[in-house]
Amino acid sequence: MRLSELKQGQAATIVRVGGSGLLRRRILEMGIVKGTEVYVEKYAPLKDPVELIVKGYHVSLRVEEASQIDVVNVA
Amino acid sequence: MTSKHLTIALAGNPNSGKTTIFNNLTGTRQKVGNWPGVTVEKKEGRINRFGYDLTVVDLPGTYSLTPFSIEEVIARNFLLDETPDVVIDIIDASNLERSLYLATQIRELDCKVLFALNMADMAQARGTKIDARKMSELLDVPVMFTVGNRNEGMDDLLRAAIDLAESAAPLPRSRRVKYTHDIEEAIGRLRDFMLNRTDGDLPYPPRWTAIKLIEDDQIVKERLVAAAPAAGSALLEAGRAERRHLSARYDEDPQIVMTDERYGFIAGIVREVQASGTRQRVDLSRTIDLVLTHRIFGFPLFVFFIWAMFQLTFTLGEYPVQWIEAGVKLLTEAVGGFLPQGELRGLVLDGVIAGVGSVIVFLPNILILFLCIAIFEDTGYMARSAFLMDRIMHLIGLHGKSFIPMLMGFGCNVPAIMAARTLESEKDRILTILITPFMSCSAKLPVYVVLAGAFFGARAGTVIFGLYLLGIALSILTGRLFRSTLLKGADAPFVMELPPYRMPMAKSLLIHMWDRSKIFLRKMGQIILLGSVIIWALSTFPREGSLKRDYAAEIRQAAAVAEARRAVAGDAESREIEEVYAETVAALRRLEKSDRTENSLIGRIGRFVEPAFAPLGIDWRGGVALLSGFVAKEIVVSTLGVLHAVGDSEEEGALEKALAEAGMTPLSALSMMVFVLLYLPCLATTAAIRRETGSYRWMFFSIGYSTSVAWLAAFLIYQAGRLLGFS
Repeated sequence: MRLSELKQGQAATIVRVGGSGLLRRRILEMGIVKGTEVYVEKYAPLKDPVELIVKGYHVSLRVEEASQIDVVNVA
Repeated sequence: MTSKHLTIALAGNPNSGKTTIFNNLTGTRQKVGNWPGVTVEKKEGRINRFGYDLTVVDLPGTYSLTPFSIEEVIARNFLLDETPDVVIDIIDASNLERSLYLATQIRELDCKVLFALNMADMAQARGTKIDARKMSELLDVPVMFTVGNRNEGMDDLLRAAIDLAESAAPLPRSRRVKYTHDIEEAIGRLRDFMLNRTDGDLPYPPRWTAIKLIEDDQIVKERLVAAAPAAGSALLEAGRAERRHLSARYDEDPQIVMTDERYGFIAGIVREVQASGTRQRVDLSRTIDLVLTHRIFGFPLFVFFIWAMFQLTFTLGEYPVQWIEAGVKLLTEAVGGFLPQGELRGLVLDGVIAGVGSVIVFLPNILILFLCIAIFEDTGYMARSAFLMDRIMHLIGLHGKSFIPMLMGFGCNVPAIMAARTLESEKDRILTILITPFMSCSAKLPVYVVLAGAFFGARAGTVIFGLYLLGIALSILTGRLFRSTLLKGADAPFVMELPPYRMPMAKSLLIHMWDRSKIFLRKMGQIILLGSVIIWALSTFPREGSLKRDYAAEIRQAAAVAEARRAVAGDAESREIEEVYAETVAALRRLEKSDRTENSLIGRIGRFVEPAFAPLGIDWRGGVALLSGFVAKEIVVSTLGVLHAVGDSEEEGALEKALAEAGMTPLSALSMMVFVLLYLPCLATTAAIRRETGSYRWMFFSIGYSTSVAWLAAFLIYQAGRLLGFS
């Protein structure tokens, strides 16, 4: 499942970060790596971007960017 | 007294409290400038402590040292090339895992490094306890506790930094990130190969260089070739071979594998040293955020904060602006009192004082605006505003953070362009700076009021509103155009941290505000001073020249006529005679001034460029007024007044009447307003563009682009209007 398909309040585990180039590196460097637990805190009022909790801190991604991230164990 | 000099570099993530610690360490003894060649702020402080002369350098806050943003390149180059005696890495204790990513990269650089575990009290309050001794042991790095915002642990930190810098102990080579077998082997092979080929004469630590080659680091590759021209291409080829080998082995870019592994290594450390409680932030900050970025209330609150900022900046700021204006006026009078009539007087009063005065009046607005922005930044709200606005700004190809500078443009472009500093990506910053001048600033409003008022009567409000919309529309078009051409490519990824809300510290707010304002004053002052002296000279010289009439003679004649009439008149009539005389003289002086301006260089330029303005329906007077508007847009109105021989204190509507008599029509008035809306930014804005983009190229580009757009838009409107039968 894609990270962008999660609803507010859902958690999951990252299995793969897709995409390419700078964006992908950035995402990985911010600790959004495979095996990491991610929690969808909320979507912005216009449904984009999305705010996540990863490794104990809050980070926002555009939905388009989140759609490159595959997750499992959605809870 | 000669005390030993040491350089201490402060590194750390954004929002790690690095700046607070820097402020604590250096107090007000800071030097703010830019890093060479770029517009990233460089902060440096010199202090004398414990018998040492210390230079503390605040590196840009980064999450990593891969050279993808200017900040990262700067931080890394400083560590590599300036080789500070010791590096303090500020680690946000409540964000241990992510903070350690940068830390592991700094460790790989083989420099003397010390960790400052900052805000451990906050982490503890949230149920996270960190075993610093264990961490120090595991990573073989001294770890100190600090609480930046309570100024705790600073002396110990400095002491430890000095001790580390002075210690002769070899750098700990173990306990760095260990990559998996295949990668370590590749690193080893590459390192040996490089040492072999260059006789150990590498510009940077060998292991690190090998890692960077495997990561395909462009900058390191270039430097390597520059440092070892003979062996360079062989080294690069060896690096490529290892990359190919690893890519095949992992079916993935080795860079990505290594990032994964660093985080794996960090996860191991964190498991050992951190006893964690809650997974999520269950705290005040989250609750505040539920309101401030709420689905429904988020935007209204945002609009309210922006409105409040505007009010403070331009309404509250108005009072000190008036005081300063009064002060400048007083100074003008005082200086004018003892300077004799002549060129020097004109230069000092109309050139220097008027020029500097026109800059300094912005100061209160700038101070308040930067205070507001500092509050937004330091509390963490800036990131939320970007979070809210990003969807909309992304349509123009911009980052959510571009919104605030653009909005400020409606007030004044100068602070707006300076506010673009908050954008991290250079491309975003330049794009924002290029489109901000299309936001119709408040100085243009008087021009609209006069022209729209004269020619559109009751519909003036609608016309002015339309102008604002046109500006916005063109900024959107420009944004899209440049994003797909000039400033192509990645609009910075929106991977943005939303830091916890924090109570801002007064001291840091003030330092923030003052640093930025100081730069404004210093640099703007120079360019503006020069510019206004030039404009003054253009509109003053040549003094001698063929005037249409002999004004002095006519004034003398009027005096003689009045004298003659007075001689035969009674008391009642003599007052009337005086009035007629005064009016005649004033009218003659106005005509003289108008004549002189027409005769001056700027007037001649106006005549010269008249053909360029003719297709827009703007006569030479309009052209001169527009040219003079380069100093400040308000001046367009007063120059029109001068050229049409209408005095400042003339009765209401005189200028409007004169304009209509001179052949201006609603259509040409509209054309002129569109031109004013879009054409070259004023002198102060131009200086700000030069300053903030760091190049004259962008400044001239902005001038050329906006003026072309203005001409085209005015041309289209005027000619289309005429075709449609309007006049």
